[in-house]
Amino acid sequence: MRYAETGFNLEVDLTRGSIEKVATNPKDTELYLGGLGTNAKILWDRVPPEVEPFSPENLLIFSAGLLCGTPATGCNRTIVTTISPQTKLMAFSMMGGFFAPELKYAGYDKVILRGKSPDLVYLWINNGTVELRDASHLKGRGAIETAEIIRKELKEPKAQVAAIGMAGENRVFFASIEQGRSSASRGGIGAVMGDKGVKAIVVRGTQDIHVAKPAEYMDLCNEVMEYIQFRNDNPIPGVMPILAGLGSPQEMKVHDEKWHTENFMWGNSRTRRKGFWTDEIAREWMETLDKSRTRLISCYNCPMTCGATISMPGLPTYMMKCFTKLTYTMGAFSDLDFGLKIAQRATEYGVDGFSAPQVMAFGLELLENGILAKADFPDMPEDNEGRFYYLLDKIVRREGVGDVLADGTYWAAKAIGNGAEEYAHNNIKKHEQLPLKLSMLNPIYFLMYSTGEKMNITQIEGQFPQAPYPKREHREAFVKDWHHVPDEKFKQYFLDWEPRGEKSMPFYPTVDMCCDIVDWQEKMHYIDDALGMCAGLSSFPLKPPYHIHNYPKFISAGAGFDMDEASLSQAAKRYRTLVRAINIRRGMRRKDDRPPKNHWKKRFPELEKELLDTYYRFKGWNNDGIPTKESLDELGLGYVSEDFVKRGILTEGEDALAEAAAAQQETK
Amino acid sequence: MKGKKEKKTVKTIKINVDKCNGCRACEMICSAFHAEPKYSSNNPARSRIRIIREPLRDLYVPVYAGEYAVAECAGRDKYTIDGKEYDECSFCRASCPSRDEFKEPDSGLPLKCDMCEGEEEPLCVKWCPHDALILEQREEEGEALDPQDEQEDIEIGLEALADKYGLEKIKDAVARISKKD
Repeated sequence: MRYAETGFNLEVDLTRGSIEKVATNPKDTELYLGGLGTNAKILWDRVPPEVEPFSPENLLIFSAGLLCGTPATGCNRTIVTTISPQTKLMAFSMMGGFFAPELKYAGYDKVILRGKSPDLVYLWINNGTVELRDASHLKGRGAIETAEIIRKELKEPKAQVAAIGMAGENRVFFASIEQGRSSASRGGIGAVMGDKGVKAIVVRGTQDIHVAKPAEYMDLCNEVMEYIQFRNDNPIPGVMPILAGLGSPQEMKVHDEKWHTENFMWGNSRTRRKGFWTDEIAREWMETLDKSRTRLISCYNCPMTCGATISMPGLPTYMMKCFTKLTYTMGAFSDLDFGLKIAQRATEYGVDGFSAPQVMAFGLELLENGILAKADFPDMPEDNEGRFYYLLDKIVRREGVGDVLADGTYWAAKAIGNGAEEYAHNNIKKHEQLPLKLSMLNPIYFLMYSTGEKMNITQIEGQFPQAPYPKREHREAFVKDWHHVPDEKFKQYFLDWEPRGEKSMPFYPTVDMCCDIVDWQEKMHYIDDALGMCAGLSSFPLKPPYHIHNYPKFISAGAGFDMDEASLSQAAKRYRTLVRAINIRRGMRRKDDRPPKNHWKKRFPELEKELLDTYYRFKGWNNDGIPTKESLDELGLGYVSEDFVKRGILTEGEDALAEAAAAQQETK
Repeated sequence: MKGKKEKKTVKTIKINVDKCNGCRACEMICSAFHAEPKYSSNNPARSRIRIIREPLRDLYVPVYAGEYAVAECAGRDKYTIDGKEYDECSFCRASCPSRDEFKEPDSGLPLKCDMCEGEEEPLCVKWCPHDALILEQREEEGEALDPQDEQEDIEIGLEALADKYGLEKIKDAVARISKKD
């Protein structure tokens, strides 16, 4: 008997149209947990680095997390993994909603797609009955529209649907997979789904998910529920509202957007508009949101209401969450009404709300600066908002200039040339980032931006406050109920952290402290992604209900194998290193581990070098960011080190050489 | 026995559809509570509460499993409330042949809400911090509990089984089970 997980994956060969239910190895669960962890193992084993993103040999894996479908509040994430067409590295975008638990109830932990379907199809998983069905009538349909049509034609109103829109069908490099109120957006995984000829995956499940120790497990769940209510009643003082509570940033709830609109960049991540948030704008935007927002809504088994149903006059209803609320508005220098309207179309097309507006703003910047010509934009309207609609339509159809822009700013700039590269300025590893440009280097964020392989800052930050508190008494109050820290030393790091003076950024927290802080924050995200837990109840907010002290208990009582803090940390380190290894094998190196050049105005090259050197050593990676043989072997990843040696990525005896060099360094 | 009056507590759940955010925690916890052994598994398809849910039309109606109905009902009226059209089924508690709601997914046996007997409050209420579900209790004079009620429950269950599989098969099954004991 398997607990928490089902013990089965669905293997779908789209080329041959074959479907197989395959039992998984429980040993892999103990080593890699599930979700992201076991996805990484499959990707390492089955997708060698020669495989191109749009090759039939690339896999597209939809995985429920290990604890999805159990009563653990907020555990509902689907982790989608493939090789990204944009970064050519491993992409592991996630979505909340209702898909992962439904997949578990249908009797599967993962759906693994390989090959390519000759015709557009959708996969219909109805408990034990699984079939590929013709989707030619859905070609060009919106993602949300598609879900509605499929539910009707199957007469299954309770089926959960993950679908792509036109962007995915046309292999736009920032195409998303949409699922009702949620989407897996980053890394262009929707393009891989489109390339495989799969319009949607539809699932309905009515079977049981078991836990190993029911009474213990429920006690843990009840504690979490109580703590969520405590935190909802007691927001953290001294931080801005979106950081004070739990959940994803509560963008659907809040009206006050002074902080985002005045601190984040507008257009192609360039222009800061201090003083933008006037009373008049506040009133207008409040009216817009109140008029369009029908209801705040949740994901499966979660009391947070991070999403909303949005009905703009004259447009079909759609659902939204988080920061997409503002990305189109700010990309186009427009207002909230425009942002919510164009987001409706963008959601149906299925594009990433971070990348898409920046790509469009980038295209217009190239036009303004004479790098692209007016002739490249035939029949484009004059007004800014009209231009955004125009570009969105061109991009998802890959028409004209849209075909180039559909590859994202990095590849588009390369193809356009003529100095366009300077305008693709906000990328990490070829992937568009949050539109933020700041003044003084933050050493913690430097490391997170450089080495976060999810390539999105919100997917690595979280547990440690973003900035020091001005007064010591406030810091003392903060650490009082900070039982989430893995070690008491983190409290001291925070207590001593000052906004100014000797113990302030960029030299405090010290390099070693930064390594500890970044490692802790990253670890919590990696654990979430294996268990299927929403970051909004765990790794993203301060003082969350799930943390390193109760997670091992959840795994032991839920999945039924022994786990403590040390072994959980070791497992997380194992598959985190495996993710690194997959990317290293695909050519990623130290040169790729860096934030956008202009992310901070004040940079400290020597300190940055020391930060990266030290963090690499701390992680067990060599000076080029490659996990060493010794650290791989210690994690039970001997098969990786063997492969590295075979490929010449590592050489035998390299560890000894590196150690000697490090020793020499220290004696200098 | 019939006709004898006594004071008893009547439990009502007040349902506020405006406060429901569609998370279905109520379905999850209901199915976990009623699992054997308690909390050992969960499966919303076994739940005795269902959210009739159509997000794009903003319909969210929590409904509790009530009586078993042998046949489909005659009327399927439509209600329009606050501009939103609801099917009559959205408010109906019956476990009936016209829909999948309130039936065990494998056996097809009807399910019925028992207000989580023995708990302080029904767990769906406890797991709904948004107060879409609120327990109300009041004292009422009513007919005394009839030992026949239990008998009736058994008969309802058996009848449902007989409807599904035929009386002969049920008799056979009962005979087999009796032998085992």
